[in-house]
Amino acid sequence: MRPSIQLLSAELIGRILREAFELLMSPGVRVGSAVVELLRSAGVEVGVAASDGVARIPESLVRQCLASAPRDFYLYNRQGEKAVHYGGDDVHFDPGSCCVQMLDPDTLEARPSETRDLVRIVQVTETLPQFAAQSTAVVCNDAPSAIGDLYRLLVVLQHSDKPVVTGSFSAAGLQGMIDLLAADSGSPDKLRQQPRAVFDVCPSPPLNWSEFGSHNLLDLARAGVPAEIVAMPLAGGTAPVTLAGSVTQHAAEVLAGIALHQLAGPGSPVVWGGAPAIFDMRTGGAPMGAVETAMLNMACAEVGKHLGLPTHGYLVATDSKFVDAQAGAESGRSAMLGALAGINMISGAGMLESLACFSVEKLVIDAEWIASAQRLARGIEVRGEEVRGDDVRRESLATAMFAQTGLSGEFLKLKETRALFRLEQYLPSPVIDRSARGSEPPSDVSTRARTLVDELVSKYQKPPLPEDVLRKFQAIVDRDADRAGVATALPRN
Amino acid sequence: MVLAGLIPRLILAGGSVLDQLFRAMRQSIIDGAPDMATELAQQALANGVDPLEAVNQGFAVGIAFAGDQFGCGEMFLPDLLMSAEAMKAAIKILEPEMLKRGSRREALGKIVLGTARGDIHDIGKNLVATILSASGFQIFDLGTSVTPEQFVAKAKEVDADIVGVSALLTTTMAGQKAVIEALDRNGLRPRVKAIIGGAAVTSKWAAEIGADGFSRNAIDALELAKNLMGKGTALA
Repeated sequence: MRPSIQLLSAELIGRILREAFELLMSPGVRVGSAVVELLRSAGVEVGVAASDGVARIPESLVRQCLASAPRDFYLYNRQGEKAVHYGGDDVHFDPGSCCVQMLDPDTLEARPSETRDLVRIVQVTETLPQFAAQSTAVVCNDAPSAIGDLYRLLVVLQHSDKPVVTGSFSAAGLQGMIDLLAADSGSPDKLRQQPRAVFDVCPSPPLNWSEFGSHNLLDLARAGVPAEIVAMPLAGGTAPVTLAGSVTQHAAEVLAGIALHQLAGPGSPVVWGGAPAIFDMRTGGAPMGAVETAMLNMACAEVGKHLGLPTHGYLVATDSKFVDAQAGAESGRSAMLGALAGINMISGAGMLESLACFSVEKLVIDAEWIASAQRLARGIEVRGEEVRGDDVRRESLATAMFAQTGLSGEFLKLKETRALFRLEQYLPSPVIDRSARGSEPPSDVSTRARTLVDELVSKYQKPPLPEDVLRKFQAIVDRDADRAGVATALPRN
Repeated sequence: MVLAGLIPRLILAGGSVLDQLFRAMRQSIIDGAPDMATELAQQALANGVDPLEAVNQGFAVGIAFAGDQFGCGEMFLPDLLMSAEAMKAAIKILEPEMLKRGSRREALGKIVLGTARGDIHDIGKNLVATILSASGFQIFDLGTSVTPEQFVAKAKEVDADIVGVSALLTTTMAGQKAVIEALDRNGLRPRVKAIIGGAAVTSKWAAEIGADGFSRNAIDALELAKNLMGKGTALA
């Protein structure tokens, strides 16, 4: 059996959805003018003033949209292989995204993130099997901000074969990014058939699908590129203080998003995602490492799973400013909880300071928590068949091995041991210290992480990209830079 | 309803009837009880108590205490907000009488507030507005996604002392810089001070864009505003 945790009873999920549907009628949902016509043509009542467009979306319409949303879908790598399965209880991790600061491992100070930082994050992520996908992890402050979203994706595509979790900063930015992905895939059709990226789209709590968010949903649905709805109620701040109340608001926000999305492009892939958090009553911040934040992510995903949709959450992040015990405890704990909740894509690794700062050293440490969580999620398995060419009694848990060892205790010599230990045990990277104290002075985890980052970067190989694809990339960047009126001389990477 | 035991209390024993009234006023603010504050303000007026005295000796002491308690982690944002609501309720009752007597409470300063262009996140800005207003500043809240031109126009119109720009998103922080540049272009600075806040805002960013100050929360913002007005209490 696969171990799992549920926080909500079936009855409570029913209540959450009932109230979420009620919220969609009263007070309704604020929507951008981009979707007013779409909603009206579906028979939805929308307030008259475009700037004050409050839509009352009936449950029947939302149910119809839920029915057209795919139960699952795949993200593909550059080689065209299925690499991420959004659906069921499959669990994947990707680094957190959109930091503007980078923790400098030398000075331990946060400084503006740049292209070289994003490249380093992508290189490390590329080499770590714990990460099924890349993310456009940091803003490159050395690139023109007007095309900052496009540029981030460009850097990732240049350095990675893995799928990408990304997002745009503007409607114009989104089109450029879709063009970039289509160039990478070969054509817009190919991108639609084998999407390599998923785009985060965020409503603003409470119950507001802003102009930008609405527009994004429409464009993604029409392009057939997967959209990941990242609703982020802050319990007590921008949402009801109770966890159950915030999960209800989250459900309403995502349901509204799915309605807009499916009306624009029925059958287009969409993810029940989120970055819900509690609201810190001292600082007014969103503590991503709080256990209640993890509980919110788990519960929100549970509601999505109940509806049979692919899910996403924001975990493995910390509120600490350093890669310290707090960072480890918060990130490790939530990695475990997210995996046990069966959330399809869990974003957040590498992030410090409530998502304000990124650390590539933390990323390689988080990879260890993720591996542990993935191991835990596999549960206790009954094995035997893996040992081949042998006459041991395969249905045995222990007796067959004892039949060979007697009371000698020589398990280390058994074929089974050699054949199975890699399956039974996760073998950690050198980041995790289990060694006995020797003559060398012991090192701390940050020091070991720094060493490992350097090793991984030196091991990394940049994927070869065909000349014509690179030319297409450049043409898209030139076009968008020209439209934005910024210099096309981009930082070298 | 007040949750007894959860809210810190200003305990003073004895005193005259007037002292007891002032004490109840302070406590109504600390308890975050707008109805009680309203009732006490009405009681004060009915008994001929100078409304300015009622503010200075009663209610304002309560809000200052609440701010201190927040600062040292004994009170939390919901407590502080309710204290500010109670303060507003009391001032609403007392203000007409103060005007009549020509003893209007002197505003600590005029502050124009808003979130940066493109940013609709106003929770932090609203907290700052509430706390500053409860503490005696006159607040002109321009709301969300405010352009630099709107900030400048309002600052000119009301002869503002301070302009405060909030930005939650890293993508809208550039809007804070744009406001400061617009204030400079219009020759409003250094007379008008520019302050910034928001989750991603750091002292480094404030220095980089030439802001006159930044704060991490509403209570720090109050201290910052007082200091900029030369009325700081220089709390340790």
